[in-house]
Amino acid sequence: MSVAVEKNTTAEVVSIIEKSLARFPSQENRKEALAAFQKLTLPENKSEEYKQTPITRLLQRNFALDKPNAAAQSLDAKEFFIPGVEGNVIVIINGLFSVEHSVIVSPTDQVTISGLGKAVNDNHPVALAHLAKYTDVATDPFAAWNTAAWSDGVFIHVPNGKVVDKPVLVYHIHDARQGQVITAGRNLIVTGTNSEVTVIEKYDSLGSDNHFSTTITEAEVAENAGFNLYTIQNDAGNRYQWAGTNIHQERSSRVNTYTFTLAGKLVRNNLQLSLDGEGIESHMFGLYLVTNDTLADNHTVVDHRKANSFSNELYKGVMDGNSKGVFNGKIYVRPQAQKTNAFQANRNIIISDKAQVNTKPQLEIWADDVKCSHGCTTGQLDEEALFYLQARGIAKDTARAMMLYAFVGEILENVKIPELKAYLDKLVSERLHKNF
Amino acid sequence: MSKDNQVLEELTSKEYEHGWTIDIETDSAPKGLNEGIIRFISAKKNEPEWLLEWRLSAFRQWIKMKEPKWPNVTYPPIDYQDLIYYSAPKQKAKVKNLEDVDPELIKTFEKLGISLTEQKRLTGIAVDAVIDSVSVATTYKETLAELGIIFCSFSEAVQEHPELVKKYMGSVVPVNDNYFAALNSAVFTDGSFCYIPKGVRCPMELSTYFRINAANTGQFERTLIVADEGAYVSYLEGCTAPMRDENQLHAAVVEIYAMKDAQVKYSTVQNWYPGNKEGKGGIYNFVTKRGLCFGDGSKISWTQVETGSAITWKYPSCILKGDNSMGEFYSVAVTNNYQQADTGTKMIHIGKNTKSRIVSKGISAGHSQNSYRGQVHIMKRAENARNFSQCDSLLMGDQCGAHTFPYIDVENNSARIEHEATTSKIGEDQIFYCLQRGIDEESAVALIVNGYAKEVLNQLPMEFAVEAQKLLALTLEGSVG
Repeated sequence: MSVAVEKNTTAEVVSIIEKSLARFPSQENRKEALAAFQKLTLPENKSEEYKQTPITRLLQRNFALDKPNAAAQSLDAKEFFIPGVEGNVIVIINGLFSVEHSVIVSPTDQVTISGLGKAVNDNHPVALAHLAKYTDVATDPFAAWNTAAWSDGVFIHVPNGKVVDKPVLVYHIHDARQGQVITAGRNLIVTGTNSEVTVIEKYDSLGSDNHFSTTITEAEVAENAGFNLYTIQNDAGNRYQWAGTNIHQERSSRVNTYTFTLAGKLVRNNLQLSLDGEGIESHMFGLYLVTNDTLADNHTVVDHRKANSFSNELYKGVMDGNSKGVFNGKIYVRPQAQKTNAFQANRNIIISDKAQVNTKPQLEIWADDVKCSHGCTTGQLDEEALFYLQARGIAKDTARAMMLYAFVGEILENVKIPELKAYLDKLVSERLHKNF
Repeated sequence: MSKDNQVLEELTSKEYEHGWTIDIETDSAPKGLNEGIIRFISAKKNEPEWLLEWRLSAFRQWIKMKEPKWPNVTYPPIDYQDLIYYSAPKQKAKVKNLEDVDPELIKTFEKLGISLTEQKRLTGIAVDAVIDSVSVATTYKETLAELGIIFCSFSEAVQEHPELVKKYMGSVVPVNDNYFAALNSAVFTDGSFCYIPKGVRCPMELSTYFRINAANTGQFERTLIVADEGAYVSYLEGCTAPMRDENQLHAAVVEIYAMKDAQVKYSTVQNWYPGNKEGKGGIYNFVTKRGLCFGDGSKISWTQVETGSAITWKYPSCILKGDNSMGEFYSVAVTNNYQQADTGTKMIHIGKNTKSRIVSKGISAGHSQNSYRGQVHIMKRAENARNFSQCDSLLMGDQCGAHTFPYIDVENNSARIEHEATTSKIGEDQIFYCLQRGIDEESAVALIVNGYAKEVLNQLPMEFAVEAQKLLALTLEGSVG
């Protein structure tokens, strides 16, 4: 692709952003983000962070960027709900918080949940204090795009000492029945000290036109607070997605993230954890189980800024069909972050002839008294184990499904909500043709 | 803590032992780089027309290229017009035998511990010595010639075996491969050439010693090793430079071409002047090294011990084109003070059943930055490819950094790739264990570091292993408490 084409596409995106800016004239950080976007431009072919993910080209080819979004029609959001998981239900349709479909069940002294657009318009002090504080717009063009042009999303605030006993389920639905949709969704989660909350995000769509979303979820996890984030990406083959999650952790906080990428055309996840205190524990689990021509790209950053923290990352991938898996895991250990323990593992299985995987684990360490390691493997199922099962009368297909199921099971078993686990287990089993 | 400091002090105050200069009359080109200089170099070396054309085309491509910015190193911009591209020890007549070589030169190499004279027979190494880009002496040529092995300076090869040089030069590292390779192709002055004929096992280690002597000189040498069917050769390379306040550029190219069932083992002990402890001076070591396993069943093995240079930028790579071919990379990279190293390897699997193995050990101390950057690429047609990579980093002191950038790209589902990396400091429990058994702290650290690097040092030929161990000891012994 020529540079001129990228420039054109960038200019088209700038005009989209400018249109949305007209609706929010007062917010300074949107203008700064636009300036940052213009400086960065959409990633070129050889751009290091988007080397394996030709996102600019895909946008250029599959979207008419100057066209306005199709209007959302009435829809039944329930068909996308995760069966059996009870909690606060938030529905976001084409980037806008839907009051009609959302149901909040937790008492208001436990948690404040509202549309982020509304919270900002109402000058909610907590929302204003934390908005766009944890996203670096100067390094990623999509983060800048989203920060400049976001329309709506969910705002969750948990006061000090409160444990939200029911999870918050956020359904991002695109209605592309009447034409293409491009959205910029934004979520902000702020926890008080000693509090705890669980958020489940799921991405779905209706219709057959192409749709693209940038979503940023920012979370501030205060001292001794706990935060669990589940992300389920199992949308149709016309979904193009860029999702950024930026979590800022204070002293002694605990964060667990779970990312399940099962389908979609293009899924790019940027997950960043900043461990900005001592005694922090963070776990990141990821599973990309993809087929057809899905491109699943997970970029993660763990930034150890203070001493005595622990991080653990396990991402597993199974690539079938014509799919492509990309993994980049960065671990930074800053000079002050002595006594850090950081672990990272990335394991991949390629099933088909046409699938491929590109992985780049990356350690950058400036402190000497640390224990850091990463491991990464790519391979296929162990022939001997397959043979062992076959020798005991198990059909080859069943044996393969068993082994793959066991492979992904290492991620699934960490899911803490039983109903959610059952739901994911069902999705995975169907995909693997599990018949035992 | 005080002991740590004291030990660190000792370490950092250790002088670079090869930092002397010698007064030899040199014959230099004026500063700067243009087509005229290239014609001057070519004419000095009495080169055939095709080689001059080759250089000029490289130069024309180079001026269009940009200096790469992606390595994890920082340095002030290099003024390529402020360098001398040709500097040769002045010789009155062509040297026939060793007695005719300038006695000052002989002394130089004796200082370096490489004697070009008879005593080397005992160790059985053939040496080609390159000083300021020009090969000054090659030993053992006759013995090797009996077996049909050609081992000589590059310029001699151009005169005497132009067909071989023409055929293989640039076949592994093309002229426009990268910025520094293009620069080298335009201005290279000399280097070593080695050809091992079909089925011959080279009976001795072949060795090149590089030395930069003159000030303001860039050293651009070129090594070409061709191993014909079933041949075997083990090749050593060593380098030193005097202490100078300004930075000097070394941009070499090494090409290895291995045919069916050939084996080439290439070992480097790199000890260029690393700059003083404030990071002033030192060599910029921007080297392109690549081996092509062209024939089925061929094998190329790189071993490097990197202790010197202010900045190292080098990725000895293997292109595994032949079926069942094999590539290996063993590396110990030590950085201290303000040294920066960005080094690693590329293993490109093209043929079926190709195997590669990467073992990289980084040790950083002082204010240094040490990066491992490597790529394992399994192409679509590379059935049953196998790779194992391990890169470990050891940090000494809290001012240094260790970085790992491994790229793993797999396009074939029958490939099996394993990669692991760790970063840590020397375990207090390990030191404690040694102390308990009456080994003092310094010896304990030496013991542990040596054990850490053993896997790589074991790959070196005997003579080099001794030197490498001494170098490691010199730079690191006792730098952690």
